Amino acid sequence: MTTLDTDTTLDAAVPAPTWLAVCRLDDLARERGVAALVPDGPHGRLEQVALFRLVDDRVLAVQQHDPFSDAYVLARGIVGSRAVDGAEVPTVASPMYKQVFDLRTGVCLDAAGKQPVVGHGPDLRTWGVRVVDGTVEVAASTGGAS
Amino acid sequence: MDGPRHLVVVGGGMVAQRLVEALRDRDTAGTWRITVLAEEPRRPYDRVALTSFFAGRTPDDLALGDAALWDDPLVTLVRGDAVTAVDRQARTVTAASGRTYPYDHLVLATGSYAWVPPMEGADLPGVFVYRTLDDVAALRGYVTRLQEDRAHPVRGVVLGGGLLGLEAAGALDALGARATVLQVDTHLMSAQVDLGGGEALRRLINRIGIGVRTQAMTTRVHEHRRGGVGRVELADGTRLDADVVVVAAGVRPRDELARAAGLAVGPRGGVVVDDTCVSEDPDVSAVGEVACIQGACIGLVAPGYTMAEITADRLLGGSATFPGADTATKLKLAGVDVASFGDAFARTPGALEIVWADPVAGVYKKLVLSDDARTLLGGVLVGDASAYASLRPMLGRELPGDPSAFLLPEGTGGAPDLELPDDAGVCSCNNVSAGAIRHAVTEEGCHDLGAVKGCTRAGTSCGSCLPLVKKLMATELEKLGVTVSTALCEHFALSRAQLYDAVRVAGARTFTEVVERFGTRAAGRGCDICKPAVASILATTAPGHVLDGERAALQDTNDHVMANLQKDGSYSVVPRIPGGEVTPEGLIAIGEVAKDFGLYTKITGGQRIDMFGARIDQLPLIWQRLVDAGFESGHAYGKSLRTVKSCVGSTWCRFGVQDSVALAVLLELRYRGLRSPHKIKLGVSGCARECAEARGKDVGVIATDKGWNVYVGGNGGFTPRHARLLAEDLDTEALIRTIDRFLLYYVRTADRLQRTAPWIEEVEGGLDGVRAVVMDDALGICGDLDAQMAQHVEEYEDEWRATLDDPEKLRRFASFVNAPEVPDPSLAYVPERGQARPATPDERAAAATGAPVLVAGSTLEVRS
Ligand SMILES: Cc1cc2nc3c(=O)[nH]c(=O)nc-3n(C[C@H](O)[C@H](O)[C@H](O)COP(=O)(O)OP(=O)(O)OC[C@H]3O[C@@H](n4cnc5c(N)ncnc54)[C@H](O)[C@@H]3O)c2cc1C
Ligand code: SF4
Ligand code: FES
Repeated sequence: MTTLDTDTTLDAAVPAPTWLAVCRLDDLARERGVAALVPDGPHGRLEQVALFRLVDDRVLAVQQHDPFSDAYVLARGIVGSRAVDGAEVPTVASPMYKQVFDLRTGVCLDAAGKQPVVGHGPDLRTWGVRVVDGTVEVAASTGGAS
Repeated sequence: MDGPRHLVVVGGGMVAQRLVEALRDRDTAGTWRITVLAEEPRRPYDRVALTSFFAGRTPDDLALGDAALWDDPLVTLVRGDAVTAVDRQARTVTAASGRTYPYDHLVLATGSYAWVPPMEGADLPGVFVYRTLDDVAALRGYVTRLQEDRAHPVRGVVLGGGLLGLEAAGALDALGARATVLQVDTHLMSAQVDLGGGEALRRLINRIGIGVRTQAMTTRVHEHRRGGVGRVELADGTRLDADVVVVAAGVRPRDELARAAGLAVGPRGGVVVDDTCVSEDPDVSAVGEVACIQGACIGLVAPGYTMAEITADRLLGGSATFPGADTATKLKLAGVDVASFGDAFARTPGALEIVWADPVAGVYKKLVLSDDARTLLGGVLVGDASAYASLRPMLGRELPGDPSAFLLPEGTGGAPDLELPDDAGVCSCNNVSAGAIRHAVTEEGCHDLGAVKGCTRAGTSCGSCLPLVKKLMATELEKLGVTVSTALCEHFALSRAQLYDAVRVAGARTFTEVVERFGTRAAGRGCDICKPAVASILATTAPGHVLDGERAALQDTNDHVMANLQKDGSYSVVPRIPGGEVTPEGLIAIGEVAKDFGLYTKITGGQRIDMFGARIDQLPLIWQRLVDAGFESGHAYGKSLRTVKSCVGSTWCRFGVQDSVALAVLLELRYRGLRSPHKIKLGVSGCARECAEARGKDVGVIATDKGWNVYVGGNGGFTPRHARLLAEDLDTEALIRTIDRFLLYYVRTADRLQRTAPWIEEVEGGLDGVRAVVMDDALGICGDLDAQMAQHVEEYEDEWRATLDDPEKLRRFASFVNAPEVPDPSLAYVPERGQARPATPDERAAAATGAPVLVAGSTLEVRS
């Protein structure tokens, strides 16, 4: 047994690149998520990011951490859509307690009657994503502070 | 006076039961002690449901109310002892046993006896009446014996074409006899429906295979040369072959005690009582069918219950009076919908009738209205009595809108929604008003049908008011903001059952197809409600692997990775252990896997082993080991068959009468992987001692010396329910066929996340309806269900083995798409009682600050 080290860092400090290639678009199944490790901040601390490929092949990224259960599981939620003011908004539902989030903005659309755990807000952090020649790239150190 | 006063009740029938219940309920001070003297050898039972005895119910299922009533120290029930005399001077009664009981107040609740018209041969063996459990048990025995002896189908004749006669004919039919109803009058149910309705009814009755002769007066029953009944002879000389005769020609009050005691009886019998149910002797009351109240005896249970309540009230010094009887009736015969209420014959001066008839469909409906065509006075509904529950409480009130709208077939935009006044009676059997139901929903937190029934008793007797109770409840819930729309979610306006049918009929195979054809918006991409529901529907309409193509995107994470998500984001793993039978080698293999992967192990309630704390990326490794050891997916993660629990059965147990383990293994292997609206659990016990607790399961099988009894609709959990008897003494083949059909009927028609118990409560016809569908193929779908189950059994494959064989599917188990070898760094465990458990937030925080907390990270050593 070892002692928990929550501040896992990559051995070699990663110079924060703006666009980090994480996988091929083909690695992602439509309307399912995957988790990726993305360095964040000046020390290259690794964040868990949830990437989702939509039916129209757009790829969106939010935090993997579920603020309502404190577990890193959002990539395993069901992807769907909600009509919000007439627009079809892509969503993910937490697999733990079923909160629903807007995948584009990270905003929690339905807290399912629960409060986030202490120290966290209900909304998710998002990351910029682009697909270049079939490669999915995440904007590694941009996005709001967590 | 010292101590409680003594109430003696003669007769232990339905009304007596209600009287005791009402009195014990209200007499909190214990001012009365009660002795019930009953001629029948059993506790009061539900006579109204007597016919269901033929459909496999046991006497126990007919029990009324809470059995604890009879354990009350103030209540004594003397069974099997008829009262033979009443001495009003001495205020005592004497029973056949010779015992004498003094009373302070006496209640006669002796009911009626079946009247047998004078005819020769009425005392031959094979002539039955239809009143008590013993009557129907004897009838059933006789018919079954004849069926064994005779080559031709048993021919049954029912004398009487009223409610009771038709019910009896239905019972004969259910027993497999050919039934003919002989009605003296011009048409069937002549006391309730008019000639037009009677004609429509005749067609319906013929359609279910029962013969009808009207204006047929039986004068004689002839003996068969081998003894017993042979044929009946009618007044016009016609002779009909008959092996069994059931007399249902009417009832007469059992007022003999009252007559002998010199009490006044009505012109057609019955103890004359006033509106407080008291006879001319202030110390003697009469209630139920034996009472002649407001000039007549009433052969229905609801007015009897009212009399019981009044008597209880009066005994405690209250002032209740009889409000007049509601004589509305509804025929309880599967496949024949008949109801009549109020002034069905338009006898009120100036009454208007509006009639709607569809002879082809066998529908006849009539409303009787006041001369201004607004106030509802009565009605007759034949062939489609769906409006009965909502119309009956409107009796004597103004109908909103155009009355004819109520007669149009359902779904034609017809009947306007009725806003019933609070004081309108909804359940006449139990005297429950619309207001009481609303109150239960809004004030007492009853939010489902079961709760409302439990709290108000509405719908617990004949059940005919249930549609209305349901509607009232739904309306109140809606007002409370509790959603009761049957729509699945914002993406589908259909209920799960409707969507199931639509998908099945359309043969749709993918979510995109389903949402484009049946969704609210073609561009909608579903949600965590409809996607798993569609996945579950497709699993039985178009079977395929959970991870095949677009289907993978529909699954909950549990189905997606074929394991159960736990609170920290890790999973638990349960291999199938059919029937709970496992070899030592199997146990060792499971133990080694758990040890090697550092998993926490626990025995489940379903007789298998759950291993906790597996990371998503470990699942394929764990399963490779389990599959190699001969295990397969246990579907603990699915809304599907979980386990078939069994006791050790006749192979080892001294008491066992059948091999429960072998049957459990067979059933588990048959239904494994069957996706359903909610989890399904089965149980099999090797004898009536029920060590497997099978009646706590969705399907419970209990061995008998003749075969298997099957019970359905049980569950544990938040609202535990005992399963109820569906069929008795089946051989293994019939048992499997029955369970096949039951499960698939449930899979097809239940709501999302509705377990079998509430489903049975809400499905058309309740348990009897389910029985009619799965045992008698009332919907003509059994062929289809059988084929569907055969396909399921044929095409089953172990999901985990198929996944391990497919590298494409295995890629879904990577922890991180860009670092598949790196385990989730957030997982942390501490030891407890020799095993690992997730670290609490405090322990994690302590570890982060470097405090000496023993925490194992995700880099737990793995022996390979
Ligand atoms: C097959 C069938 C179907 C029915 N369906 C319906 C229906 O759908 N709706 C409806 O409203 N009604 C229906 N009824 C009628 C309903 O069952 C009766 O109205 C109800 O049972 C009357 O209750 P009771 O207590 O007055 O009489 P019972 O329930 O008949 O009870 C009287 C009891 O008193 C006992 N008894 C008689 N004399 C003595 C004595 N001297 N000493 C001791 N005990 C004595 C009898 O053995 C009997 O057990 C049906 C009846 C039958 C038979
Ligand atoms: S239910 Fe019967 S057969 Fe099974 S273990 Fe118990 S006593 Fe034995
Ligand atoms: S009306 Fe018979 S149970 Fe309600």
